[in-house]
Amino acid sequence: MKISKEEVEKLAHLSRLQLDETAVTSMQKDMNKMLSFVEKINELDLEGVEPLAYMSDEVNVLRADEIKQEITHEEALKNAPDKDTDYFRVPKVLR
Amino acid sequence: MSATKVKFSPVIGLEIHIQLNTKSKAYSTDATTYGAAPNTQVSPVSLGHPGTLPMFNEMAVKSAVKLGVACHSNIRERNEFARKNYFYADMPKGYQITQHHTPICYGGFIAIKDADGNEKKIGITRIHMEEDSGKSIHDIDPFHTLIDLNRAGVPLLEMVSEPDFRNGVEAYNYLSEVRKLVRYLDISDGNMEEGSMRCDVNVSVRPEGREKFGTKVEVKNMNSFRNVQRAIDFEIKRQVALIESGGEVQQETMNFDAAKGETVLMRSKEDAHDYRYFNEPDLQPVIVTEDYVENVKNNMPPLPSALVEKYVNELKLSEYDAAVLTENKQMAWYFEELISHTKNYKSAANWMMGAIKSYLNERAVDIENFTVKPAKIAACIQLVDDGKISNTIAAQNVFPKLVEYPDTEPLQIAQENNWIQESNQDALLEIVQQALAKYPAKVEEYKAGKKGLLGLFMGEVMKLSRGKADPKVATQLLTEELSK
Repeated sequence: MKISKEEVEKLAHLSRLQLDETAVTSMQKDMNKMLSFVEKINELDLEGVEPLAYMSDEVNVLRADEIKQEITHEEALKNAPDKDTDYFRVPKVLR
Repeated sequence: MSATKVKFSPVIGLEIHIQLNTKSKAYSTDATTYGAAPNTQVSPVSLGHPGTLPMFNEMAVKSAVKLGVACHSNIRERNEFARKNYFYADMPKGYQITQHHTPICYGGFIAIKDADGNEKKIGITRIHMEEDSGKSIHDIDPFHTLIDLNRAGVPLLEMVSEPDFRNGVEAYNYLSEVRKLVRYLDISDGNMEEGSMRCDVNVSVRPEGREKFGTKVEVKNMNSFRNVQRAIDFEIKRQVALIESGGEVQQETMNFDAAKGETVLMRSKEDAHDYRYFNEPDLQPVIVTEDYVENVKNNMPPLPSALVEKYVNELKLSEYDAAVLTENKQMAWYFEELISHTKNYKSAANWMMGAIKSYLNERAVDIENFTVKPAKIAACIQLVDDGKISNTIAAQNVFPKLVEYPDTEPLQIAQENNWIQESNQDALLEIVQQALAKYPAKVEEYKAGKKGLLGLFMGEVMKLSRGKADPKVATQLLTEELSK
């Protein structure tokens, strides 16, 4: 399976990433490498083997409905690239 | 011109998002209180920080099962979660954790009234568990969009109906029914204005008799039941007019502009999302056993539909009475307690819908905050049934006193105010004779055949007894005296 330039551009758009021509080419190369690495698995005979979605057999790992406030308002905003005293700030979504 | 115009029939389906009233979020322990200061109820998980792990809230599972049982749905045993990937600033992880192929509930129905008042079953396709996004605020900062993540991660149930609706009224009635249900089950506030219940509709039209559905349009962002109804009715007209004028309905997503009463284009099919779902590897499957479902079922409060059935079939109340009494849970609970103290169900229903309801409306009090206990109302009913006070005295005199002094006994109130009805034959006979003595001419007229005058004599008896005469005994005595 090969990934096309268009598919790289579509994925970039879905992730709201802007890639220039060079970045698209190098990304395409990298992704193809990754895909061919994973394709190795296709060489195995997996007839009758259930796909593995979880790393353990545990089920019902639930927690009780209790509040625990782990961080403060200041800590929440601390690492944001842009913010005011109350909110995270992002580029205008609606124009 | 064609001789007969083609008739179109609409096909409508509803998707409702129900915000659960759990204390903490779906996958993390931060609080969910409505109206808190922005970005104060957040955690590394709901902020989408790398390296954090979600852990599912058991109350969300329970709420989903409750709703499923109430909708007669099948409950899935093995539940998995999936990531629904999309980029938006109020979705910091870059994906929503939801259920894709394994909705916890599937199948079932909700019974509603159609536009003519007949019962109709609306099929439920699925109910699945997921999480809310944060809020984007576009109108505070002129140069930026502001993000509040308090709502990010609040548990939601998404409930998808079959395309069983034919008009806006049915959708309105369905929404009312769903709201009543989630409030009875105490799983959500069900408040559309505050966003704890949200609704999207899919509308298409097809020529009558044709099997294949037309192209559907999705309408979003309606903030009241009425607007859902209006949006549907507008959209049906728009699509029919479009097709009749030779156009073609496009697969689009529309917004509803409540001020104009119109749907407006939000995005066309070309902008449709590509969510790239895959299994959420950070959450282990949730197994819902039959025992678990049985246990939830056994601990569920009676549902409005069951109460209506009981009131009509067992208590012999009218359908109207039953509907009013079950309109909200608190009202129904009060009535349930009331009928545990009295067997006079009809009178109990009359008290609820008469004196009590008008008092509550007048004072704008909720029945939860009504201080008169059901047992006292039952005592009033008993006093009337025993002939000690009349209905009128009970409702107009005893009741207001009871509201003022909720701890006193109705009998005591009646005694202290000298409202106990005169059914003592001798005392009453004297009053009857006095009343008749006052109108000798009218007595002659009565005897000559003007039987309608009985009312006049009765009025005089009531006046003389200051309303305390037992009307039954008084009537009997009057007719006896007049036939002498």
